[in-house]
Amino acid sequence: MSLSTRLLATHDRRLWLGLGALALLLLGVVPALNLAVPPDSALHVPNYVVTLLGKYLCYATLALAMDLVWGYCGVLSLGHGAFFALGGYAMGMFMMRSIGTRGVYGNADLPDFMVFLNWKELPWYWLGFDHFWFAALMALAVPGALALVFGWLAFRSRITGVYLSIITQAMTYALMLAFFRNEMGFGGNNGLTDFKDILGFPLSQPSTKLGLYLLSALVLGLAFLLVRFVVTSKLGRVMMAVRDAESRVRFLGYSPTAVKLFAFTLSAMLAGLAGALYVPQVGIINPGEFSPANSIEIAIWVAVGGRGTLVGAVLGAFAVNGAKTWLTGAAPELWLFLLGALFIAVTLGLPKGLLGLLRTNKHG
Amino acid sequence: MKIFKLALLALLAVASPAFADDFADAVRGLNADGYSDKIAAAEALATLGDGRAALVLDALADGRLYAAPDGALLIEQAGAFTDAVTRAAASGAEATAITVNNRLRGVARGAAGRLALFSPDPSLRKRAAEAVLAQPNPESAETIRTALAREADAEVRQVMTLALATLDLAAAEPERRKAAIVALKGSSNPQVRGQLQRLLEIEAEPQVKAAAEKALADINVRLTLVDMGANIFQGLSLGSVLLLAAIGLAVTFGVMGVINMAHGEMIMLGSYTAFVVQEGFRAFLPPDYIGLYLPVAVPVAFVVTFAIGVVLERTVIRFLYGRPLETMLATWGISLMLQQAVRSIFGASNREVANPAWMTGGIDLAGGFTLTYNRVVIIGFCLAVLGALAALLRWSSFGLHMRAVTQNRPMAAAMGIPTDRIDAATFGLGSGIAGMAGVALSQIGNVSPNLGQTYIVDSFMVVVFGGVGSLWGTLVGALSLGLVNKVLEPYAGAMLGKILVLVVVILFIQKRPRGLFALKGRSVDS
Repeated sequence: MSLSTRLLATHDRRLWLGLGALALLLLGVVPALNLAVPPDSALHVPNYVVTLLGKYLCYATLALAMDLVWGYCGVLSLGHGAFFALGGYAMGMFMMRSIGTRGVYGNADLPDFMVFLNWKELPWYWLGFDHFWFAALMALAVPGALALVFGWLAFRSRITGVYLSIITQAMTYALMLAFFRNEMGFGGNNGLTDFKDILGFPLSQPSTKLGLYLLSALVLGLAFLLVRFVVTSKLGRVMMAVRDAESRVRFLGYSPTAVKLFAFTLSAMLAGLAGALYVPQVGIINPGEFSPANSIEIAIWVAVGGRGTLVGAVLGAFAVNGAKTWLTGAAPELWLFLLGALFIAVTLGLPKGLLGLLRTNKHG
Repeated sequence: MKIFKLALLALLAVASPAFADDFADAVRGLNADGYSDKIAAAEALATLGDGRAALVLDALADGRLYAAPDGALLIEQAGAFTDAVTRAAASGAEATAITVNNRLRGVARGAAGRLALFSPDPSLRKRAAEAVLAQPNPESAETIRTALAREADAEVRQVMTLALATLDLAAAEPERRKAAIVALKGSSNPQVRGQLQRLLEIEAEPQVKAAAEKALADINVRLTLVDMGANIFQGLSLGSVLLLAAIGLAVTFGVMGVINMAHGEMIMLGSYTAFVVQEGFRAFLPPDYIGLYLPVAVPVAFVVTFAIGVVLERTVIRFLYGRPLETMLATWGISLMLQQAVRSIFGASNREVANPAWMTGGIDLAGGFTLTYNRVVIIGFCLAVLGALAALLRWSSFGLHMRAVTQNRPMAAAMGIPTDRIDAATFGLGSGIAGMAGVALSQIGNVSPNLGQTYIVDSFMVVVFGGVGSLWGTLVGALSLGLVNKVLEPYAGAMLGKILVLVVVILFIQKRPRGLFALKGRSVDS
């Protein structure tokens, strides 16, 4: 099969029509409504909505990454928030460096928090983050390398199921504790913030935000195509086989370790990319992003949408985060009840998520 | 002339117990005209070694000492005046405050501090002697000697002797310095070590220097031992906390294979039960019984969390058997809801759960290391819980059924064991133990809706490290993680120590994916 036929081959032509429509909506209609329609019109999309949607798009990319490794490979990682945060820190470091002399202390050589802590020179691991290409590379490479090493250690010793979930959770917890320390040189408790601009575009400008939003939408689309390409490939079939019967795959002569390692690493890099796009839009990255609770929440986005479907992951990320934004504003004390109930309802009643619900309705 | 007379009085006071008249005279001296006279009077008052003088000197330093027109000195306390000598109530209507300058205030404060050496309370006397030990000051020598002559308490005498010897380290004659070093040799007080080190830096006499070096080496060995003892105790204490948090998890995870992410919330509910029971005792029972709330809270917490556990098992978890990842997510959802429920009922801020009187304080051991009673009680409590659980599993019919269901469910059912009920009771048992752990943890930490979150990752680590399904493994896992954590802490700091432990456990699981004490046999693979 050629690449295009494989990507486009689907039982459901409406899927592609729907995705095309979504792309048009996100890339065309939303910016048009934001820019061309006057602010007092009912159809106008305000700037904050654009930023919010941009955030959701990053979450959706993260959910895609999670779906690749959990939905298709059966590895429930409860540490994906760590990869997301590491990508975010890489981009945050670049933006810290581009503040230059505009910080409170006006020190061109050191970020404000280092001046505050009486550091004399930039630690070695900050070197290179003056360059955008380097930071962008690191946003992919650092999560990827961590996933490679961690995954190699774990999959090689055949740590599966809940054990893997628990040690990935321990990993993100350990990273959270580490990043909380001032001595680490990543801003400690406060993290990195007070960014001024990215590549010369001031972050406070609506046009920059719109640009970041469009970039996030584009990245989500590309990530979707990439992950779809992977899961429809032969490798994808082995992945699903590993998910369903790992021992059998091993006896057939495949190496589940290599397959899982590939999925885990690719997924971590996607998560890092999502984090790198997320940080300029929210303007801050702090160790709280590493908290185990965040990582578990990613699993629930995927589960709500329907795992092993890719579209479901995107849908779930939008649905859960949309509900979160609305409810934390309208009735904050109810949000955790709803989120908790979602976890229970999805696992008990909707094992295939929202997408499964739609499909059964159609067929039944 | 006045100064001379006071000095004479002071000498008399050293030789014989102070007379009330000396005290009255010395107090009156504080109303002198010049500051230098006042300072001399304050110093003389201090040398009398009369416990009452501390009040007067404190009042002087605070500017609460007044002179009445008839010459009597009055102490003002919250608007009321009392005579400084007789302690009788007096009218302060026409009294004028005695003026103080900074120097006089300093002298008065120092003197009042030293006077604590004569306080009727032995613990205050000890603290005052320790203060002198920490900052030896030649002026204190006389006072300490007077106090030592009267001291009856052996422990306080010892500290005073040490303090006196420390003062002698600065003596001009090498013999006295050497004698002081010999006297200090037996001490294991970090302050003494500091004094000896300072002496070594300035000492010129080779003999004295050698003696000091030897004494210092002795003290260092003892202090290292004490430090190790303290570390081991702290490690055991942390280990027992981890063990308490993990035992319940060992039951649900180890025996049932259910990952209960809401386990931490069961601990939290146990702590809140302790809070509610404490408030109940405060509201309905006479204050004498308040110390009993803790023994009452333990069974109450067990019952409450047992019931919640059974309800959860029947309504949610039983539908998810055999789907561990989904169980994990569903119980996480339960934990979020429980947290929010507690936050809505009790508020988001910390609740205060007080140590009962019999759990406060501790045993002072050498080298400034204290075995606090609450930690000791928790270590004992956690071992008792573990022992009771092991006995229950080993000897009761419920334990027998539980083990049967764990090993072979269909066969157990065929033998007539109600597996459903056993599942519910097992989950309840795990939750109930978590609840009791919560009562214990409320004694040493904050009680807040997030309490459970702090323990969840750690207790999972303990269970995974020790080996799932093995109580023995849980015990060894918890204690070794606690010890490693505390032993690393002095070198790496608290946070880094914790991170290192996590990394070590993650690496350890690579080597032994089933933990230290892995179950063997057929049930492992299922």
